[in-house]
Amino acid sequence: MKTLLDLKGVTAFYGASQALFGVDLDVAEGEVVALMGRNGMGKTTTVRTVSALLRPREGAITFAGHATRGMAIHRVARLGIGLVPEGRRCFAPLSVEENLTAAARASDRPGGWTQTRVEALFPRLAERRSQRASTLSGGEQQMLAIGRALMTNPRLLVLDEATEGLAPVVRQEIWAAIHQLKGDLAILVIDKTLKELRQVADRCFLIERGRTVWTGEPAALTPELTDRYLGV
Amino acid sequence: MTRESLLNIAVLAGFLAVAIIASLSGQPYLVTLATKAVILGLAGVGLNLALGYGGLVSFGHAAFFGIGGYAAGILASAAQNYEPLMTWPMELAGTTSMPIIWATAVIAAGLIALPIGALSLRTGGVHFIMITLAFAQMIYYFAISWPAYGGEDGLSIYVRNSLGALDTMDPLTFFLIAFALLLLVLALTFMATRARFGLALAMARQNPLRLTSMGVRPFRVRLAAFVLSAMAVALAGALYADLNRFVSPSMLSWQISGELIVLVILGGVGRPLGPVIGAAIFVLLEAWLGHLTDYWQLPLGLVLLLVVLFARGGVIGLLTGRNANA
Repeated sequence: MKTLLDLKGVTAFYGASQALFGVDLDVAEGEVVALMGRNGMGKTTTVRTVSALLRPREGAITFAGHATRGMAIHRVARLGIGLVPEGRRCFAPLSVEENLTAAARASDRPGGWTQTRVEALFPRLAERRSQRASTLSGGEQQMLAIGRALMTNPRLLVLDEATEGLAPVVRQEIWAAIHQLKGDLAILVIDKTLKELRQVADRCFLIERGRTVWTGEPAALTPELTDRYLGV
Repeated sequence: MTRESLLNIAVLAGFLAVAIIASLSGQPYLVTLATKAVILGLAGVGLNLALGYGGLVSFGHAAFFGIGGYAAGILASAAQNYEPLMTWPMELAGTTSMPIIWATAVIAAGLIALPIGALSLRTGGVHFIMITLAFAQMIYYFAISWPAYGGEDGLSIYVRNSLGALDTMDPLTFFLIAFALLLLVLALTFMATRARFGLALAMARQNPLRLTSMGVRPFRVRLAAFVLSAMAVALAGALYADLNRFVSPSMLSWQISGELIVLVILGGVGRPLGPVIGAAIFVLLEAWLGHLTDYWQLPLGLVLLLVVLFARGGVIGLLTGRNANA
């Protein structure tokens, strides 16, 4: 399969403190990749460099054949990266519908996302269409954040802790949606629930102290590995 | 229909009623006051697009108000003095036709707002306030020192400019012209704020970085809002010049920029009719208190203080509660 996203030896800093020491990561078209690691190991930082919110100091990032290092944030997004940031921040005063339509961007690829399609994926959003995002439950806000990212017709959907802090029933809805999306577009997912990640991911990347330490299929993720790098 | 929509309709109907009743009962002075409120309200509606919806606190919109005014003044004085506006590279005559004057005002302000906005929007917060003020002051001092169009003394428009066969010197007719333009601009801003442009503008105000990571550059959205806002203010400026039949650099002064901000805050930031209500209060206070004391701005200041402290959504917020896009 064709490589969509490729990170090689990426290092990044927050001010003077180094957060990434050499991350290697690649995602193929249509592939679901899980980025795993304990808290503070650099998962979110990696995702931030992917969407250009944080500039890497060294290394190379390629997305869809473009070197994105030094590219403006909006340009990187336009290449087809749909980021669902940690904390599912929606535009609170705007309605569900407004959040979705504002994100809509025409796609040069077939099978574009529309509000109807997002509402078919998350029927709850259809019920809440004219409600303000601030009045939604946490799970509904997460669905809206995912829907908003999809409306930009991304080639890669980046989910940073999409199920964190949600009720088990709602988590299941989100996982079901991710399963539904699988195959349509590439997904880079960060999450803490190993069981679900094993089911949905094609490949896993383990990172430890800002470095990629292991890559492989979920089946190869032994208890020794999870114990050592994830602390479970 | 929401309470705010009802209030908006009531306010607009109120304006119309006051002007018509005042005209029928032979009080042209009141009609003129209502016209002044409508024109200042129109300028406020324009500023509100940048200030309220875009969160861009421009302290330089007097520049566009004055540019609108001078567009009217320069075109009319050239026509009235039978002098060409310019002779090189081609001869251009002045005009007293309102639609041409309005179009000139709007286009000129848009063209000037483009570079001002493009430079100012590279900054934010206090710096944005100061740089917009600086640009407006540059234009103000230019107008004072440029003798061709009256310099510090300003320009008189002997007869109000014309619109078709209408008698624009009739106070009610002129009120209705201004009122129709206010309705037009209100409708346009209403549509713009509900279109994707308006949503993106609201998002740029709430969280520019998140908007950027959706692939939209806040700068361009803000620049468009700034330019459109300047164009609406210039239209108001052209009308204001016709109302007073006089233009002077005072239209470009920073006090005007401040007054426009006051109108918007008084009525309700980011509320469609906030500036119109703000303008009505402003004009009424000026008229009632203005001939009791020279210090009429003192009670205005108190009203503004009360509104800012106790009614965060302005007078509209006080009457209808917090809103949607606030």
